[in-house]
Amino acid sequence: MTAPQATASFYRPADLGEALRDLAAHPEAVPVAGGTDLMVAVNYRHTRPAAMLDLTRIAELRAWSDEGAAIRIGSGVTYARICAELATVLPGLAAAARTVGSPQIRNRGTLGGNLATASPAGDGHPPLLATGATIEIASAAGRRTVPIADFFTGPKRSVLEPGELITAVIVPKALGPQQFLKVGTRNAMVIAVCSLAVALDLDARRLGTGIGSAGPTPLTAPDADRIELPWARPDLFNDALAEEFGRRVAAAARPIDDVRGTAAYRRHALAVCAARALRRVWTAAHGTEAGR
Amino acid sequence: MRVELRIDGEAAVAEIDRPGESLLSTLRDRLGLTGTKNACEQGECGSCTVLLDGDPVCSCLVATAQCEGREVKTVVGAVPRPVRDAFIACGAVQCGFCTPGLLVSVADLLEREPDPRDAQIREALAGNLCRCTGYEKIIDAVHAAAEAMSSEAISDGVPRVPARSHLHHNQWINVSNIPRAAGDSTEDTP
Amino acid sequence: MPEPVAGEPNGTTAAAPEPTARTKTAPTKTAPTKTPTPPTRAAGGVGTPLQERSGGVGSSPTRPDAAAKANGAFDYASDLEFPGMLWGHTLRSPHPRARLVSIDTAAALAMPGVAAVLTAADVPGKRYYGLIEADQPVLAIDEVNYQGEPVAIVAAETLDLARRAAEAVTVEYEELETHWDPEEAVEAGNVFRYQPVRLGDPDAQVPAAVVAREYVVGMQDQAPLGPESGVAVPSGDGGVSLYVATQWVHSDLEQIAPCLSLEPDRIHMAIAGIGGAFGAREDLSVQVHMAMLALATARPVKMMYDRAESFVGHVHRHPARMRYEHAADADGKLLYVKARIVLDGGAYASTTEAVVGNAASLAVGPYEVEHVSVDAWGARTNNPPCGAMRGFGGVQTCFAYESQMDALAEMLGLHPLEFRRRNAVAQGSKLITGQIVDAYDPERAGGPSNPGRPFSPLADMLGRFKDIPVPAVPAARDIVELPGGTGNTTHGEGVRRGVGYGVGLKNVCYSEGFDDYSTARVRLELVDGETVAFVHTAAAEVGQGHWSLQAQIARTELGVDRVELLPNDTKVGSAGSSSASRQSYMTGGAVKAACEAVRELWQGRDLADGPIEATQVFRHRVTKPMDPVTGQGESHVQLALCVHRATVDVDVELGLVKVVDLTCVQDVGKIMNPVALEGQIHGGSAQGLGLAVMEEMITEQGRVRNASFTDYLIPTILDMPPMRLRIVENADPEAPYGLRGAGEPPTLSSTPAIVAAIRDATGLALTHIPVRPEHLTAHLGRQP
Repeated sequence: MTAPQATASFYRPADLGEALRDLAAHPEAVPVAGGTDLMVAVNYRHTRPAAMLDLTRIAELRAWSDEGAAIRIGSGVTYARICAELATVLPGLAAAARTVGSPQIRNRGTLGGNLATASPAGDGHPPLLATGATIEIASAAGRRTVPIADFFTGPKRSVLEPGELITAVIVPKALGPQQFLKVGTRNAMVIAVCSLAVALDLDARRLGTGIGSAGPTPLTAPDADRIELPWARPDLFNDALAEEFGRRVAAAARPIDDVRGTAAYRRHALAVCAARALRRVWTAAHGTEAGR
Repeated sequence: MRVELRIDGEAAVAEIDRPGESLLSTLRDRLGLTGTKNACEQGECGSCTVLLDGDPVCSCLVATAQCEGREVKTVVGAVPRPVRDAFIACGAVQCGFCTPGLLVSVADLLEREPDPRDAQIREALAGNLCRCTGYEKIIDAVHAAAEAMSSEAISDGVPRVPARSHLHHNQWINVSNIPRAAGDSTEDTP
Repeated sequence: MPEPVAGEPNGTTAAAPEPTARTKTAPTKTAPTKTPTPPTRAAGGVGTPLQERSGGVGSSPTRPDAAAKANGAFDYASDLEFPGMLWGHTLRSPHPRARLVSIDTAAALAMPGVAAVLTAADVPGKRYYGLIEADQPVLAIDEVNYQGEPVAIVAAETLDLARRAAEAVTVEYEELETHWDPEEAVEAGNVFRYQPVRLGDPDAQVPAAVVAREYVVGMQDQAPLGPESGVAVPSGDGGVSLYVATQWVHSDLEQIAPCLSLEPDRIHMAIAGIGGAFGAREDLSVQVHMAMLALATARPVKMMYDRAESFVGHVHRHPARMRYEHAADADGKLLYVKARIVLDGGAYASTTEAVVGNAASLAVGPYEVEHVSVDAWGARTNNPPCGAMRGFGGVQTCFAYESQMDALAEMLGLHPLEFRRRNAVAQGSKLITGQIVDAYDPERAGGPSNPGRPFSPLADMLGRFKDIPVPAVPAARDIVELPGGTGNTTHGEGVRRGVGYGVGLKNVCYSEGFDDYSTARVRLELVDGETVAFVHTAAAEVGQGHWSLQAQIARTELGVDRVELLPNDTKVGSAGSSSASRQSYMTGGAVKAACEAVRELWQGRDLADGPIEATQVFRHRVTKPMDPVTGQGESHVQLALCVHRATVDVDVELGLVKVVDLTCVQDVGKIMNPVALEGQIHGGSAQGLGLAVMEEMITEQGRVRNASFTDYLIPTILDMPPMRLRIVENADPEAPYGLRGAGEPPTLSSTPAIVAAIRDATGLALTHIPVRPEHLTAHLGRQP
C-alpha cells in the first residue's frame, strides 16, 4: 500500500470526561465501541468517517454495578458479559443477549452501541422496553436520563444529539419471570424477523412488553400490558387469556413486508410468541398447575 | 497514523491512512498476514476470526486504531497444535477458507470448555460459516482435539491426534437427552 | 506472500516461474538400496483387487493441502501479492436494464493514485465472451441488461482508492423497461433453449390417480466463502500471466485470449488457491478485467470482490417454475408424466443451454414411465444471469418430481418408499430419453434380492432404510436442539416431527455429445534414490480433495509412496472443469492412464538411466445430442443415485424448522477416498438443506434485494443435523476403478427429503422452495 496520508484522526479517550471534551472539540468524530454496526457501514463505504472516537478504553463504560433495585450497565458492556454475568438478575436481557449475532459479535457488540444504532431489530431493545429501563446520556453540557420508551424516534433514529454519548442503561432487577423470544429464519446468527420480551413484576402485579423488528422503532404494547390477569386465583389463567394477550401484542405491532418476512407473518408470529411467553412466565411464577 | 500492537506474540506497527480501516484489512493488505481470511466484511461468516486480548472477534469489525497496545492472535498464534492436527486428521478441511477462523473459535472454546458437548460445540461455532463440509467432520475434529489435549498421548511436549479411520464410523450422534448446564439455561430465573 | 512453512506442504505456487513441487506427501521411506522396479501386475480396474498400498486408492491419506490450509500459509487467490501491484475494481450497473447515455471517467482518472479507468471502448479484442455462446459483454456496450453488469474498471494504488475511484466515474443511464418475468419471455420466444421430450402417448392413458401441481424453486447462490479473485501480471513482452481461482483454466483461456486480442500462447494461466466453487467459478469474473488493467498499466493488477459484489459477480442456480402432472394406474405404476419447466436464465447465456438439457432429460427422475411429455425452456430476462451450480438442472426438477411421487403415493395409499420401489429403474430400463440404464456391476444383476428380475440399484438402496431407525423424540432437549434455537421460541410448544424421503438422479460428466476429456502428465524420477511420481494436470482443486485423489491413484498404479503434484496451469492440456461430478472420473482416469503408460515404459528399464514420462488424454464414451423434437438420445455418460431420509421438527405455529437427522444412501460405484467422499455427501446435503429452508436470492423486477450474508442465509452448524451415511458400491464397468461421480447427487435429494418431512409434520402441500415460515403459517388465519 502507499504511504499513509496524515489526515487520519482517531481519538482514544481514557475516561468519560476526556471523551466528552474530544467529542465537543471534534464534532465530526464518530464514536465507535464494538464496531459491529459502524464497521459494516465503513467496510461497504456507506460512511467514511474523517475521525473516530474509541469508547473501548473507558473503564467507566465497561462496568456494571448493582444499584439495589436496578443494575446500572455501562454502555460499553458487551453482550457476552451480559449473558454470562447478568442472567440471574436480568434474565430477559440475558436471553436476548444470547441471541445477538454470533459469539464473535457478542464479544464486541455492546448494549450502548445497540441503542445508539437504534435499529428496530436491535435484540437488546425489547427487554429494556419490557422492564422500563432508563438511558443515561452525557455530553460536555451535562447529563440527562431518558426513559427507554421515549428514546427511539424513528428507524435508526433516537433522541441522542450530536455531542452526546450513551453512558449507561439502568435496568430494574427482575421481580418475576421474564421471557425473550426471537423469530428468525435460521437457527442461529440471524436478524430478528420479529422479537418479543415479556416481564412479569410479581410485586407490582404488572406486565411489561417490548416488541422488536415489527415497526419503525422497537415498540411497547400498553394495551396488552393492561390485560387483566387472575392474580388472586392464578389457576384461572387459561389459553384464552394467553391468546387474547397475543392478539393485543400483535395489534400493537406496525410491521412491514421486507426480505426477512411479511407483515402478516410478523403479526402472526408475535401473537404466537406472546401467548407462549405469557404462559411461560405465569407458569414459572405460579407453578405448573396454573393455567392447565 | 501509526498503531502499535502485538500480533501473534510479536510487536507490530501499522501505518494506516483512515480511521475506519479494519484490523482485517491491516493484517492482510498492509502487513501481508493473509492467514486471516476475508469472506464477507460484515461479521456474518467468521472467516476473519482472531483473538483480541483473548476474545474471539471478527477482525473485519474492529478498527485497527482501536488495537493500539492490544494483543491480536491469528490462526498462526492462537491455535494449539492438536486443534490443527485434529482438523487435518478428521477431514474437517475442504476448501479451507473457513478453517483459520474456525480454528481460532475452536481454540477459544476448548480453552473455556475442555470437553464440550455437541450442543455446546454447535452454539460456540455458530458464527463460523462453512460451505463445504456440512460441519459433521468439524464436530468430529473438535472432539478429537479435546481428547488429544486431555490425553497422555504427548510426544515432543505436544499432544498428538492419532490418524483416524472414518469409513462408516459416522453413526448418528445422539445429541439429545443432555441435561441442561446451569450456564445454558434460558428458563425463567427471576 | 508469506514464506512457506518449512517442511509443510506449500500452496504458494502461483508465482513460481517453472513448475515446481506444489505439494509434498511426507516421504515415509528412506532411500532404497537398489533401483525400484515396476509393480508386477496391473493394479486397479473393475473386478481386479487393488494392490494394497498405504495412501492409495480406497484409503484416506492426509490431504496434501490440509496442513497449509490449517496454519494460514495456503495462498488463496485473494492472498496473492506481487511487487508493484495495483488493485482493480469494477463499476457495476445499479439498473437491471438501461441505455448507457454517457460515461465520464475524468474525475476518477484525476484522483492521485488512480492508474487506469477503462470502459468497453478499451477492450483490446472481441468484446463478448461466454462459456457456450459468446454473448456477454466484457464491459457493457450501449446498454446494460442486468443489475450488477460491469460498466467500467479501475486500477489504483490501493483497494480502497480503486473502490472510491469507481464511485467517481459518472455514468448517465436511461432506464428501460425491465423484462423480469420468465413466463412472459417464453411467451415472447425470448429463450436460450427449448427442449421437449416426447415418449408414448400420455393423452391416451386412463389413470387411476392423477396429481397436477405447480412448483417454484427460488434462485440459489453458490456462496463459496472465497471471493472471486486473481492477479494479472504483465510479462513485459505484451503477454500476461493470470493467477486466478477458477474451475476450468483452459476454458478461461479460450474465452480470454480473443478479448485481449492475444494468441493463447502469450497468456500463461495458473490456478490460484480456490476457496470453494460449486459452479460459481465456471464463468469468467475478474479474468479479462484484471488482464486489461495489467496490460494498460504495465503493472500487476489484483482484483478481489467483496461479498456484495460476489453475489452479483457470478451466476446463480436457475430459479424455476414447473407444472407437473403425474398419473398412475391402480397397481401403483406410473402411467404418464407431463411437465412444463421454465428456468430463468437471466440476461446472458452462460450454461443455460446445458442446464435445460439436464432439466429435460432428468425430468422424471429414476423411474420407469412409458408416456412422457416434457417441455423445458431457458428464458432470457433482465434478471441476474444463471448458470452452473452443484446439481446443474437436476435440482429443480428433482424437487418437483419427488414431490409428485409423494403426492401420488399418498393418493394411492402406498408408502413413499414402496411407490418408488414399484417404479424404480432397473438394469435394461430406459430413461425418458431412450437411454438404457446399464452402468452398474453386472455381477449384481438378478442378484439374490430380486431373483429372476433385473437388478435395480435404486430398489436396493430404498430397501436399506428399514435397518436404520428414525431417531426417537428425546424426552428433554436443550433449546439449541429445537426449532428456533437460542431464539427461545419453543420449549416444545407446537413442535411436530415429520419424516420424508427424496431420491435424486444426476448425470456425471458432460452430456449431449460434448467432447469431454482430461489430460495428465506423469513423470517417474529418482530423487536422491527415492522414486518420485510427478503428476501434472490442469484440474482445479476446489476443496473436494482432488489433489489427494491424484496422489492416491499414482501410488496405487506405480507403487510409489511419494507423489509430487505440479501446479495446475495451462502448461499441460485441459482437464476440463471441476464440475458435473466429473473430476474423479475424468482427471482420475487421465492420471490412471498416464500412470499405466509410465508403468508400461518402465518395464525392462532402469530408472537410474533417466526419468520416464507419459502424457495421456482420457475421454469418456461418446454421448449423443438430444433430438430437438423428441428429446431422444443417449445423452448422458454416467448416472448416479442418492437417497435421503430427513427427520425434522417443525414448530407448526411459528413455521420454524429444525432438521434433526439426515440419513443418506448413495451409490458411488467405488469408494476412492472415504473421508473425502463423506465430506462431499455432508456438504452436498447441507447445500440441499439450505435450498429447502432458507437460501434464496430475492429479486424484485430484476433488482437483487439481499446480496449479503446478513440476508442471504446459508446453513450454520446449528442448522445441519448429524448425518448417517450408507455407501453403496455398484461399480460402473466403464469408469476408472468403477467409480461414480459423487459430489452432486446429495445436493439433489436432500432438498425434497426435507420438504417431504415438513409436509409430513404439517400436512401442507408446500410447492415452493425455500419453504419460508410464512408458507407454514399462512393457513392458520390467526392474524388479528
